[in-house]
Amino acid sequence: MIKLIKRLAKCVREYKLTSVLSAVFVGLEVVMEVLIPLEMANMIDFGINAGDMAYVTKSGVKLLIFALFAILFGNLAGRCCAIASSGFAKNIRHDMYYNIQNFSFSNIDKFSTSSLVTRMTTDVSNVQNAYQMLIRMAFRSPMMMIFSAVCAFRIYPKLAAVFVACLPVLMVGLCIIMTKTHPIFKRVFKTYDLLNQKVQENLRGIRVVKSFIREDHEIDKFEETSESIRSDFTKAEKNLAWNAPLMQVCSYTCMIIVSWLGAKAIVACGGDPAIGLSTGNLMSLITYAMQILMSVMMLSMVFVMSTIAREGAERICEVLDEKSDLTNCESPLETVPDGSISFEHVNFSYSKTADKLCLDDITLNIKSGETVGIIGGTGSSKSTLVQMIPRLYDVTGGSVKVGGHDVREYDLEALRDSVAMVLQKNVLFSGTVKENLRWGNENATDDEIIEACKLAQADDFIQKMPLGYDTYIEQGGSNVSGGQKQRLCIARALLKKPKVLILDDSTSAVDTKTDALIRGALKEYIPDTTKIIIAQRIASVQDADKIIILDDGKIAAMGTHEELMATSDIYREVYESQKGGMSDD
Amino acid sequence: MTDNAKLSQKPNERPGKRPTNGAKGAPIKNIDLATVKRLLTYFKGYRLKMIFVLVCIVLSTVASVSSSLFLKSLIDDYIEPLIGQAVPNFTPLIWALCGMGCLYLTGILSSLFYNRVMAEVTQGVLKNVRDEMFRHMQTLPVKYFDTHTHGDVMSYYTNDADSLRMMLSQSLPQVIQSVLTLVFVSLSMMYQSLLLTAIVLVFSFFMLKLVGAVAGKSSGYFMSSQRSIAGMNGYIEEMINGQKVVKVFNHEEKAKENFDERNSELCFNVTNANKYANTLMPLMNGLGYMLYVIIAIVGGILAINGVTNIGLSGVNTLTLGVIASFLQLSRSFCQPIGQVSQQINSVIMAVSGAKRIFELIDEPSEEDTGKITLVNCTEKNGKVEETNAFTEEWAWKIPKDDGSFEYRKLLGEVRLEHVDFSYEKGKQVLYDVTLYAEPGQKVALVGATGAGKTTITNLINHFYDIDSGVITYDGINIKDIRKDDLRRSMGIVLQDVNLFTGTVMENLRYGRLDATDEECIAAAELVNADSFIRMLPQGYNTVLSGDGSGLSQGQRQLISIARAAVADPPVMILDEATSSIDTRTESIVQHGMDALMHGRTVFVIAHRLSTVRNSDVIMVLENGRIIERGNHDKLIAEKGKYYQLYTGAFELE
Repeated sequence: MIKLIKRLAKCVREYKLTSVLSAVFVGLEVVMEVLIPLEMANMIDFGINAGDMAYVTKSGVKLLIFALFAILFGNLAGRCCAIASSGFAKNIRHDMYYNIQNFSFSNIDKFSTSSLVTRMTTDVSNVQNAYQMLIRMAFRSPMMMIFSAVCAFRIYPKLAAVFVACLPVLMVGLCIIMTKTHPIFKRVFKTYDLLNQKVQENLRGIRVVKSFIREDHEIDKFEETSESIRSDFTKAEKNLAWNAPLMQVCSYTCMIIVSWLGAKAIVACGGDPAIGLSTGNLMSLITYAMQILMSVMMLSMVFVMSTIAREGAERICEVLDEKSDLTNCESPLETVPDGSISFEHVNFSYSKTADKLCLDDITLNIKSGETVGIIGGTGSSKSTLVQMIPRLYDVTGGSVKVGGHDVREYDLEALRDSVAMVLQKNVLFSGTVKENLRWGNENATDDEIIEACKLAQADDFIQKMPLGYDTYIEQGGSNVSGGQKQRLCIARALLKKPKVLILDDSTSAVDTKTDALIRGALKEYIPDTTKIIIAQRIASVQDADKIIILDDGKIAAMGTHEELMATSDIYREVYESQKGGMSDD
Repeated sequence: MTDNAKLSQKPNERPGKRPTNGAKGAPIKNIDLATVKRLLTYFKGYRLKMIFVLVCIVLSTVASVSSSLFLKSLIDDYIEPLIGQAVPNFTPLIWALCGMGCLYLTGILSSLFYNRVMAEVTQGVLKNVRDEMFRHMQTLPVKYFDTHTHGDVMSYYTNDADSLRMMLSQSLPQVIQSVLTLVFVSLSMMYQSLLLTAIVLVFSFFMLKLVGAVAGKSSGYFMSSQRSIAGMNGYIEEMINGQKVVKVFNHEEKAKENFDERNSELCFNVTNANKYANTLMPLMNGLGYMLYVIIAIVGGILAINGVTNIGLSGVNTLTLGVIASFLQLSRSFCQPIGQVSQQINSVIMAVSGAKRIFELIDEPSEEDTGKITLVNCTEKNGKVEETNAFTEEWAWKIPKDDGSFEYRKLLGEVRLEHVDFSYEKGKQVLYDVTLYAEPGQKVALVGATGAGKTTITNLINHFYDIDSGVITYDGINIKDIRKDDLRRSMGIVLQDVNLFTGTVMENLRYGRLDATDEECIAAAELVNADSFIRMLPQGYNTVLSGDGSGLSQGQRQLISIARAAVADPPVMILDEATSSIDTRTESIVQHGMDALMHGRTVFVIAHRLSTVRNSDVIMVLENGRIIERGNHDKLIAEKGKYYQLYTGAFELE
């Protein structure tokens, strides 16, 4: 808990002063709120009851001034508090998002999108609310308690001791409630995640759900989760329902005991405040008793809020403390000299505990400007192999060199600027076509953009779109077809003018003719760029300078089309499977 | 939004003037009464419990109000008289305290009961809302999902449902209690003095106006911050989904910049919303003190001048004692107003959340006018008979006007005749498409991306309604077939594979829920998925999460083909089903695929022409029209588009 607070406290930053100020104003507000009832009692005792109008007016003016100050301080406290807590939340979100931007691929693999979204919204909101409560209430309540207790003891210490005795009962009770409720809440929030995940899956896979007519099945699954939230939440809230009665038991018991003992004391001293207790004093005592118990109640609310927020805070800190496992070395190289690539006995596995390596002793050399094709069966680690080149993951053994230097010697940004990669699972973002393309190069001119699109064979269909290059792409590129999306992604990568271009099965949804046109264009217009093409179709790679056949994380064969046709059984098999009945033409 | 974004850059410039989104003055106007009414219908099943809750709230309010009133009389009537007595008789006091104790006990018990019952009610209501939302979502047409972002829909389940929860479990009882307190206190004030009560009421009228203005400001900002949160949600979801692309393109800085903009906008709105909300309480307290002073002074003057006092208790002169106790009452009067004003924002937010939820629930469901259903059947002596057993044979059950049924054997003949279609009005995608698929035929759809291949399969599935023309299935217009039954008769394998959280086995069984493990494994073996599934940490019991993110695209496709095989439908649609499976594996799978397709009508979409060349008929589509049709040999002989495509794949040889 302390670690959590310490970690989050780092996010307060520029709002430290505002936070402190709001506590100060809360303090002043409390002073006013304690003074006012005193003055009010005086007004009744010496003004109204004595029929002294002059006193009433004088005390009235005093009260008005107090009231104005109370409003002023309350207002200032509220404002500062709002600024500080919202700012605090803003900083947390900022830090989280910035850290996520530093995540490496393996960090990203760890968190699901929906969990990161909840962490950055709901969890942060909970922490923000708790913080707001904390700087207002956590300060206010103890102050209130101390002031009220002081006043109460000054009036009649014996009676004041009664409600001080009540405090431990209240606190123990509250503690029991909290410890019983907290684990339930913890569970509920986990289930909530599950529920959200179910909804998200259904949104994404609605076509599958509908074609298999599994609506009812999904509804059943959803309702099951929904029901477990209901029952847990009910349990938690039923536990919390003891809060108010507990408070009432304490305060009402206090009142009855104080009334009884007070009555005896008043009668004993004849109601003379000078030697004992007056009825007015009794009233004030009861008021203070209420204030003290109220403060405890408030504190318990802060406690509830912070238990809810604690879950959130833990999840936030997980993101904040997630360290990218890829870091720049000291004095990194800023430029990549050329597009040559070499793998030297590279080993890799995604998890340290896996007994099977994803890449097993890979050694290969690619000259700058070469075109290299990679083919291999499903799960043969083709994508994994190329992801080593822009250092999306670090090798677990051996080394990968680009331009003659180990990729770990480069500045990450410089390396990735020189190595463009079109991912297999590619994404377009909401925004115009042009905006999406400019991801490749922010300062690209319109001509450059059109040129890149022509190379990627995307210009034609973009021109046909209603607004051409200014057509708006919906989230996830849902308003362009799979093949169009792939071509846009290639164009986007081309705009980087990279030294190495990696196409990870990037033309799978593009028809064969267009695919050939793209390859032809690449060969002709960017001859100096090293091109690595992962493909399913032999046709996509057969004119490459070198074809690598991967099998189960190992290089099974390497060579030109002709060489492989002569030496590799796998290659011939694949070739035959695709060529099919061409021979009978 | 843009307005806010602009303002967010200079938040200090004009803090007073805000676009309050129609929340000028009275925030109550922001509460949509129709929505509230509708929300109340969800309490119907809890009528008894709600009555119980209300009774308990009344009891607990009575207890708390009367305890503060009783205190005064305790002192005046039971303690004061004892002062100065030589042998004070404490018995009446003891009785009075016992009375108080009973009252308190009632109050405590009723507040315990109503809180606990209320927890059941609110959570029950929330569950019903959630379930109804999801149940309805499942009935929405595919078009709805095309036009709404996932983030938007998600926020119904998270933000909106959450604000509803806050209101039901916290604000609602609080508001009821506060209103009741107000009523009770007003009555006791009137009992004492009508004139002074009038002063209190007039003052509190202005007080409410002021509160309304402040709360209005605050709720305006609360609404904007809800919108900012939704926008933020969408942005984070989109960006984090594409985080790997962000990394590959070194786009982190830009992503941070865009995020910062949204973050500050959200911060600005939240700060302001809280600022106004936070000032409410001190303002109310302060005003309460002022009211106190006003009553003291006015009352004092009236009392000194001996003005006649009219109260519900009768007519008398205004005494100082009356004023003193009235002053106490005025404090009890201000407190609930403050409490209600604290809840206004959460109520407004909840109601607008509920409104959005109802919008989802009110979205028109997928229309289904079809009456014809699909049943299992047996055939005896040429007569088709319905059966509940799972037979390999199916029949259409066609209701006739006289209430009887006609059975027609399912053959799998699909025809499209002169079909025009557009997703959006004015943007036609398919033009005059005519296509016959005879039972057991393999029909291939070939064409450039965007030519309309997938659209055709979406129409056969009746995901969308066609503009003109007709689609028939075994001679029946598919509009007359119940959608569920139509879809049951077709298996579909899509290019973008969607798997669900659960084990591999559960995902396979998705095709047919009563399939045995053996059947699922057999299907996996058929498509050659068995070997890699067995390599997974827990084999068939490996839990896939996050859409099966641990698997490669090709592996996911194999699972989805196996899933369709488990379903064993008479008609299959394979939309680029093997695009991510390498050709070598594909050729291994091919045997199984052939077995899978045997005897079924199959629609195949593939741009890998080797996949389609053995089809019975190949349709070449271009810009939404069929430009060539025929089998492979015929099309090659024609030397048209297909020939170009086919040879184009090898032209670099």
